[in-house]
Amino acid sequence: MMRRLLPPLVSGSLFGAGLALGGMTDPARVRGFLDIFGDWDPTLAFVMGGAVIVMAIAWRFREHMAHPLFAEKFSLPDRSDLTARLIGGSALFGVGWGIAGLCPGPGIAALVIEPVSAAIFVVSMLAGMFVVRLVEGNA
Amino acid sequence: MIAAFTLSAFPDAAPMNGLIGGILIGLAAALMLLGAGRIAGVSGIAARATGISDSGMSKSSAWMFLLGLPIGAAIVAAASGGMAPSFASPAFLIVAGLLVGVGTRLGSGCTSGHGVCGVSRLSQRSIVATLTFMAAGIATVAIMNSLGLEVLP
Repeated sequence: MMRRLLPPLVSGSLFGAGLALGGMTDPARVRGFLDIFGDWDPTLAFVMGGAVIVMAIAWRFREHMAHPLFAEKFSLPDRSDLTARLIGGSALFGVGWGIAGLCPGPGIAALVIEPVSAAIFVVSMLAGMFVVRLVEGNA
Repeated sequence: MIAAFTLSAFPDAAPMNGLIGGILIGLAAALMLLGAGRIAGVSGIAARATGISDSGMSKSSAWMFLLGLPIGAAIVAAASGGMAPSFASPAFLIVAGLLVGVGTRLGSGCTSGHGVCGVSRLSQRSIVATLTFMAAGIATVAIMNSLGLEVLP
């Protein structure tokens, strides 16, 4: 039980700590990063850069592993097709991200920083996800 | 909290905090990949935990990951003497939340799944998704600024 549940808890905690330290739980910093035509704040480029570099190394490790440390097999996305759904959905997500300066991880992490505002965002986000499921069934 | 190097052109930026924060996020995603064999995509994990999606990691694992997010943020907030960022008003938060929720389901991911895990894997879908949501976010902020829409107090 602990062997199965501890890794996601540790991963989530590291993730939440990284989001808070990197400034992603601060909507002003996120919107400052997106404000390239105004008073640009490049901090988030360092967050993305640091995370991508570490993960690029992890993908190399993965090539030499027959199975994950705590699971029987890798369960990874294998699609490579570019669809209107992917691009349209990502565009909608980007608009929402730009409006409030929040995306899913920081929204949930911010529940301990600014509980009411974060909860309004997270509940609305789940409602949006639920609408998609209602309209087209589970994907 | 940490300021080992700064950028003279951008005095408000916190590059060292950003880099260390990013490395922590990368380690978190690496643990999920190499430990559980899965992508640390927060939108997908949130959908899985709440039963909106039936695919992905076990429901209990999804809840443990989500539980960790505020725990980690609380530790950093406590260590840095508290955080008091400004958030948008409820109307903006609701509209933004709905768009983020719909968008991440249609687009199969968000900043973590596509932006960190997918881009680092050189996934064509994730690179296109990331460029798209960055461009949309940049355009949104630019348009709102030009209209004089003050989002944050």
